[in-house]
Amino acid sequence: MSFLESTLQGFTRALSRSLLSEQVAGQPGILQQLDPRVRVVGIFSLVIAGVLCRRLDVIIALFVLATGIALASRVSPASLAKRVWLVVLAFTGVIAFPALFATPGAPVLSLSRFVITAQGLRTALLLIFRVETAATLTTALVLATPWTHTLKALRSLRLPAEVVTMLAMTHRYVFLLLESANQMFESRASRAVGRLSGAESRGMTASTAGVLLTKSMDLSHDVYLAMLARGFRGEIPLLTEFRLTILDYAGLLIFLFAGGLAVWIGR
Amino acid sequence: MHIPDGYLSPSTCVTLYLAAASGWYAALRRVKRILATRTIPLISVFAAFSFVIMMFNIPLPGGTTGHAVGVTVAVIVLGPWGAILSISLALAIQALFFGDGGITTLGANCLNMAMIGAFVAYGSYRLIAAGADLSSRRRVLAAAIAGYLAINASAFATALEFGIQPALFHDASGTPLYAPYPLSVAIPAMMIGHLTFAGLAEAAISAGMIAYLQKADLGLLQGPGTFAQSPEFVPVPRAATPSPSRLWWAVALLMFLTPLGILAAGTAWGEWSAYDFDNARVQLSSTLPSVAPAGLRKLSALWTAPFPGYAPRFIRSPHFGYLLSAMFGVGLLALLSLIAKSWFKPRRQPEARA
Repeated sequence: MSFLESTLQGFTRALSRSLLSEQVAGQPGILQQLDPRVRVVGIFSLVIAGVLCRRLDVIIALFVLATGIALASRVSPASLAKRVWLVVLAFTGVIAFPALFATPGAPVLSLSRFVITAQGLRTALLLIFRVETAATLTTALVLATPWTHTLKALRSLRLPAEVVTMLAMTHRYVFLLLESANQMFESRASRAVGRLSGAESRGMTASTAGVLLTKSMDLSHDVYLAMLARGFRGEIPLLTEFRLTILDYAGLLIFLFAGGLAVWIGR
Repeated sequence: MHIPDGYLSPSTCVTLYLAAASGWYAALRRVKRILATRTIPLISVFAAFSFVIMMFNIPLPGGTTGHAVGVTVAVIVLGPWGAILSISLALAIQALFFGDGGITTLGANCLNMAMIGAFVAYGSYRLIAAGADLSSRRRVLAAAIAGYLAINASAFATALEFGIQPALFHDASGTPLYAPYPLSVAIPAMMIGHLTFAGLAEAAISAGMIAYLQKADLGLLQGPGTFAQSPEFVPVPRAATPSPSRLWWAVALLMFLTPLGILAAGTAWGEWSAYDFDNARVQLSSTLPSVAPAGLRKLSALWTAPFPGYAPRFIRSPHFGYLLSAMFGVGLLALLSLIAKSWFKPRRQPEARA
């Protein structure tokens, strides 16, 4: 596959992921019924609990819980397996695999010259399950929560208004610029005859990036003028109108209890 | 180079978050001073641009492809502080929305790629391009070298963070609890890929973009100060500084939380006292030798603190002793700050006689 096609594929993957997020966020699921602030605090506390845990069985229990939350939030098992578990396994597996043999300790299995040690097996499993748990939890949160709600939740958790506004604007313009880049690459790919040499393709990538930079700076200028025209004077008011119900308090308690219990048992 | 959750220990994550937070705070203040109200749209759109650039596949010699971070271009156009903010925002969106890089490791990722990368790129670009004309070839070369050095400095910092994990965080049987490889493995494993492919990708995109901008839009290479000199400049109203009383309340709250420190078992790595060498539990967790080095034993007897180990001898309860030590420490610092304030207070000029 040429670099043009693989870059285009990357753009399409990012765009389709955002569409999937909107689709899942609109369905009735367990996370969708909770206040976004409770979701953010609850999921983050479980991720932190996973990092703090030192016992493998407790981390596996957290992984099962994370999978349960994701499935109950209407994330399909197929997309969970394809987008999270396999990707994480491929990346972390490559890093964890040599640790099976490289960590000194008591031998468990001998494959001719290579010896798998008990400590090696444990460290590889710890790493893989920790990363799988955190990735499953964050994917469930991201897919079940519209981005604007996540940002509002971060704002009500005292993240500075400027930072929240910048995150919101960045997210909005990421898709606009992705669309522009996609169109530029597509038009170039449709006009390409034969194979480009290495130097030609590097030159093409750099000039596409340069055009995109000029477009970005123009866009930033236009957005700034539009903000001024609407009365922007450096102050950023954000609407935060979430209300916590009994269900939210109960959800928050369950999340914090589960995280606390995991940390306590898994010390 | 995006570290996922679970590779770094909680204490490493907290330390690197604190380091990154101080960088974000300094960057936000400086950028607001230079760019005024333009900060928000400019940094946001540039962050979106950095995000998209990270998705560009760059063809490399040998038929492979790599992707760049875009930190050098951000440094040249926005300056180091603007680059820190925009690359950090792009990394935050990647972690929060696309699951690329962890939430607990976001501080580490921003410190490595946005901060260390930005300053290395800035220093090397300024050094090599010093005095060169905006359209000179030396600037293209400077951008390539700056990109190559920046990405490798970031990779080296990441390798250090990975490599210290097994030595500091393992259980009683020696099983590493987080990233499993020591520095002797982590550094070559990270650096080989970055010294070859990733470094070249960053060098190629940085040099290519600077060469393109020299032909197409020379103004962008002039640096961040030029944006503020436009006719639409609107000064930002000064942000209210937190009142001293609120700060004192926060200090008081932190002081009452100090006994929580007792919950953390063991001695911090590298902070062993001569007695810790005789303590079997500390020895096991830190793999210390059974006898303290002679020099350490001699020097540690040189000065005896009034509250050794934050526990005054006359208090029985360790929690109360901890709290009392905190109150003593805060009181001493408050006293010193009052003395310093009165010392440096500008003396009143004697009134001129009529």
